[in-house]
Amino acid sequence: MTPVIDLQSITKVYGAGDTEVQALRGIDLSIARGDYVAIMGASGSGKSTLMNIVGALDAATSGHYALDGIDIDDLDESALSIVRNRKIGFIFQSFNLIPRTSALSNVELPLVYRGVRRRERRARAITALESVGLGDRMHHMPNELSGGQQQRVAVARALVAEPSLLLADEPTGNLDSRSTADVLDLMGRLHDQGRTIVMITHEDDVAAQAGRVVTLVDGQISEDRRNRP
Amino acid sequence: MNVLETIRIGLQGIAANKLRSGLTMLGILIGVASVIVLMAIGNGASVAVTASIESLGTNTLTVRHGTFGGENDTTRTQFKDLTVDDAVALVDPVLAPDVVSATPVVTAATTCTFEGASYSTSVTGTWPSYFEASNSPIGTGTPLTADDVLNSRRSIVLGQTVISELFGDTDPLDRTVTCGGVPFIVVGTIEEKGSSGFLDADDVAIAPLSTVQSKLTGYGSLDSILVQASSSEASTAAESEVTSILDQRHGTTSEDNRDFQILNQAALISTVQDTIGIFTVLLGAVAAISLLVGGIGITNIMLVTVTERTREIGIRKAIGARKSAILTQFLIEAMVLSVIGGGLGVLLALLATRITIADVTPVIVPSSVIGAFVVSVSIGLFFGSYPANRAASLRPIEALRHE
Ligand SMILES: Nc1ncnc2c1ncn2[C@@H]1O[C@H](COP(=O)(O)OP(=O)(O)OP(=O)(O)O)[C@@H](O)[C@H]1O
Ligand SMILES: [Mg+2]
Repeated sequence: MTPVIDLQSITKVYGAGDTEVQALRGIDLSIARGDYVAIMGASGSGKSTLMNIVGALDAATSGHYALDGIDIDDLDESALSIVRNRKIGFIFQSFNLIPRTSALSNVELPLVYRGVRRRERRARAITALESVGLGDRMHHMPNELSGGQQQRVAVARALVAEPSLLLADEPTGNLDSRSTADVLDLMGRLHDQGRTIVMITHEDDVAAQAGRVVTLVDGQISEDRRNRP
Repeated sequence: MNVLETIRIGLQGIAANKLRSGLTMLGILIGVASVIVLMAIGNGASVAVTASIESLGTNTLTVRHGTFGGENDTTRTQFKDLTVDDAVALVDPVLAPDVVSATPVVTAATTCTFEGASYSTSVTGTWPSYFEASNSPIGTGTPLTADDVLNSRRSIVLGQTVISELFGDTDPLDRTVTCGGVPFIVVGTIEEKGSSGFLDADDVAIAPLSTVQSKLTGYGSLDSILVQASSSEASTAAESEVTSILDQRHGTTSEDNRDFQILNQAALISTVQDTIGIFTVLLGAVAAISLLVGGIGITNIMLVTVTERTREIGIRKAIGARKSAILTQFLIEAMVLSVIGGGLGVLLALLATRITIADVTPVIVPSSVIGAFVVSVSIGLFFGSYPANRAASLRPIEALRHE
């Protein structure tokens, strides 16, 4: 079976000349369908850089990337936007909800850009919001929600379009322990439903939830282990 | 991603920033309104002047005695008077088929008095055909008659300005008014024609030619002959017929020693309209500049909006918005601003042109309304597309990193 993510000798260089930064120095990584992977590493080790490339938000300097068997390197901007819309759900550390737009509209948005009809997408967005326990907060604006609630809206938005891949860059980084537990619980449930999840984290107990932990040091993979057999 | 959805997102963007959107619309509003209003004023002036010339009759020619250029006087062999015989000769079905009538006219600058009131005006001495040729319908009383002229009666017909200056509210009919020391009986009045600022068509006093010549001006040359052509289209043909008849009678050998001048009302109207047309275009150009400034306002606001919402654009792209979706969203915002601004501008202009400004009643030029509106919307599209395109072309990660 083709892996969901297949990275080969991925490098990323920021800037040029004196200010050149080698953020990634040859990453080979393959992630199977249904896996739950935690990415760890010191600050500046290249975790976010890697995640942005995997999420098709940024392009690698060199190397090959295939997502669900599709060669991402060859795609133009308009094809990439379709990939982002259908294959990937991205969860950010800073929530990144659209301001002055209700939770429901935020969750509906990926379906709007996919061209789903109003009635259907409304129903799917409501289901997604209920599954993250926010059925009673649908018409709240982001600034009327707590951090944990905002992040759960973001999770609902990431999974409403049923992508093959959920990517989360420190999703609990801005949350207290109570909300962290909520979000992690949610991730666990999604994994149990068979979703592929890649999550960046700094905390060991968060990583302990995942089935596989990949550690980066200076833009290279230094350790890749399984938690449970 | 359907269009309606994009429009909805665009409208939300405008509603989120009401003050700023309002000010942007104001810029367009002022631009559109000033184009329409200034064009309407120019057009109104043209209509008013045309009407005042037309009130003298568009199918008339005025033959004047003398020339206005003095440089030819040395070559002139003789300087013949314009006579009643000239006027009679002009009515000739063979030589001048386009001429309907020719009326001799003399004028005397006088002061007219009535019971202590006095008013300076000029008394016109002429024939009864003058009323029709000069488009001066009789209001009350009777016009002059052939009898009045034959018998040199002291009858006079007055215009409304003279009546109000001398008589006020008193009925002038059958009263005796004294002009240049000569007593005249008022037999009729002329309907009000209305003035057009520089030319008061109601400031007239008309008496029989024979009376004015014998009592006031003497028997010199006529001041002019009023020629009525069969129609305003025929006035050019009539002009050349009159010219050739008079050239023969006056022994004109070249244009340089012609001792009369012909004023063609139809030609005058087109000259005046041309002049005012240039003036109107000038006004329009000034207004167009303010429309352009309004357009730059839209660009500026859209640039600010895009910069402020770069992060939002990043989020939208990260969840799969295509370039075209972002582009349409911002273009629609720009379009809506300019459509509403332009629409309100048209409304304001329609209201403003009901006011009379500096004696000119503005008359809206329909094409300026459509033109200004179309231009304002195109400006919205044109000036909005640059920032919109910039926003849509951002890489998602660049947009997301923007603080
Ligand atoms: N846009 C950029 N321009 C230049 N250098 C960058 C840029 N983004 C990241 N870097 C550099 O690349 C390296 C990796 O950054 P990255 O954001 O991937 O680290 P990280 O592992 O996510 O760190 P953290 O845990 O603090 O989020 C760092 O040295 C950083 O300075
Ligand atoms: Mg990071």
